Amino acid sequence: MYQILKQIVKTGIVTEPAPLPDAALRALEQRLGEVILKHFGRALAIRHVDAGSCNGCELEIHAMNSPYCNLEGLGIKFVASPRHADMLLVTGPVSRNMETALKRTWEATPDPKLVVAIGDCGCTGGIFGESYASCGRVSNVIPVDVAVPGCPPTPVAILRGILTAITPGR
Amino acid sequence: MPLNELPIEVEPLVGAMPAFCASIPAGELRGLAEQARARKAPLVALWGSDETERRAGYALHLALAFPSGLLWVSVPLSREDPHYPGIADIYASANRMQRATADLLGIFPSADADRRKWLRHGAWPEGAFPLRKSVDPAARFAQGPDLYPFVPVEGEGVHEIPVGPVHAGTIEPGHFRFSIVGEKILRLEERLGYTHKGIEKRFEQMTLEEGAKLAGRVSGDSTVAYAWAYAMAVEGATGTEPPPRALALRGILLELERIANHLGDLGYLGNDVALSFGFFQFWRVKEDLLRTHAQLFGHRYLMDAIVPGGVACDLSRAQADALLGRLDTILQEVATLRSIYDEHAGAQDRFIMTGQVTRELAERMGLTGLAARACGMARDLRVDYPIPPWQELDPRMITHPRGDVSARVALRFEEIFESVRLIRSLAQELPPGKLRVPVAAATAGARGLGWVEGWRGDVLIALETAGANRIHRLHPHDPSWQNWPLLEHAVHGNIVPDFPLINKSFNLSYSGADL
Repeated sequence: MYQILKQIVKTGIVTEPAPLPDAALRALEQRLGEVILKHFGRALAIRHVDAGSCNGCELEIHAMNSPYCNLEGLGIKFVASPRHADMLLVTGPVSRNMETALKRTWEATPDPKLVVAIGDCGCTGGIFGESYASCGRVSNVIPVDVAVPGCPPTPVAILRGILTAITPGR
Repeated sequence: MPLNELPIEVEPLVGAMPAFCASIPAGELRGLAEQARARKAPLVALWGSDETERRAGYALHLALAFPSGLLWVSVPLSREDPHYPGIADIYASANRMQRATADLLGIFPSADADRRKWLRHGAWPEGAFPLRKSVDPAARFAQGPDLYPFVPVEGEGVHEIPVGPVHAGTIEPGHFRFSIVGEKILRLEERLGYTHKGIEKRFEQMTLEEGAKLAGRVSGDSTVAYAWAYAMAVEGATGTEPPPRALALRGILLELERIANHLGDLGYLGNDVALSFGFFQFWRVKEDLLRTHAQLFGHRYLMDAIVPGGVACDLSRAQADALLGRLDTILQEVATLRSIYDEHAGAQDRFIMTGQVTRELAERMGLTGLAARACGMARDLRVDYPIPPWQELDPRMITHPRGDVSARVALRFEEIFESVRLIRSLAQELPPGKLRVPVAAATAGARGLGWVEGWRGDVLIALETAGANRIHRLHPHDPSWQNWPLLEHAVHGNIVPDFPLINKSFNLSYSGADL
């Protein structure tokens, strides 16, 4: 126990300031009113869905959970079920084998809900494109509010996308 | 020439790794497989190809690892009746590969084999084979029903827990069907293929140059291993020799990838036994390393740093010092964290004897990579085939006898220390010279193999070129193919809440094996 406490004290607080929202990432106009967003802003529950990614974007979503970002300090947490979620964070080109599962996850998420597509593949289909096995970008399957490019996008870029989705106005 | 280990005529294959090609009729396949099995030659991969545009039929391919090198066996099959005698009873790991080959190409094992679909869910119908050349890359099929015959488990008190494809954590999609009694797992059946996105078909629309980027995205966490294997295959097929400085840099990149993944896994293994302190500490250390990657090599995960012909990055003396300084800090942190993990009774209680795989079972099922070394199997390409840059470094193979979660934890710690040693040796004496040479033109029908010990296990790229520097067929093979079936065994008799821990201790790729 002493070693653990010593290490915690030695490490200190490494959290860095959160990025500012960027309206340029918006794919759809903000549909939610300021009152709702004010609540989301302090308690946002996210469900991640890998709809067919190469797992590169997953690495950066994990990295966003590192103490450098301190998500919980921003009122953001990842939840285990879409039924508990306000936002879906979707990676990958949507594989045809995940198309139904993604639609069902979206339907299981209570309204009002937000969708943030992550990575070049989520934004455009990326290098995998559209094929017999791939539906391409996420917005080909479910409505997307904010799309974050990058291969993979950095944790700061993903966080910026999330914060953009819960920011009022265009 | 004959192969050292078997009475078979082989042709040596040009490339960095010692390798040979042979062609045998389907009638000799089982005999060859039995002899190879008797000599304990691991089955590295099994795949198929469509040769109908070359006025032939189809072909089945196997890669078998012998001490003298990798043997690429091709079995020509007729256009009218592309059947072959299955070998899954000889090599258990062939089961899913045979089924995937049937789904994609309509090349079937004999009727007594497991003929259930594997990669095909509802995206294309039975009787359609998307990897056949006659199927237009732009073709789409109507989404159909997806019925899959899970093996039912019956008996008093047995019930099922279906999990996935969308999981509770931030992981890739797959379906796990648990049959349990009380808290204990009686049986686990995996259903994968959810991230199948047509990677192999995509390669066939690409030039050799374009393919490098796709190879680096077969499984993002192993991008360096795949990019190197791809480069090795292209260099072999075209007779290109990468410069020594590039090889040393590739070695550094591969070991950095190993360290980064091990750090992340050690964090999650702490997290999964409720030691969230471990998660935050390891992911802080990992983030420091990723930022160093971005500074020195321009990408946090080192994507696209390795290209056919060499590397697309460099490391100056000053940068090498910065890297080694960072690694020294990481080593100290990891040593401290290891002593905390080792002395944490709660964590050790969860790790020890959980998810155990015996060596006997691992050898029978063909386990590979890190998970194989954690149950005493001494297999590591860097040691077994010491080509440059490993030749002079004498990498230490780390093994552990116990085969449980704690062994896979211990192996990760030890491998981090060894990888730092390898990087230090490479970075201190980087050979001068070019970073990249032009890739020679490929002739149609040239073959190349790339085989690299990634952090998870051995990654294989088998390439055959088409005309105009294009790809006729490329099979990227992830070690997860071999290791997923072992997870089904490793959980036997364990409690359901330990499944995430056991799963994480293997940390297998979905995308890499779903293709």
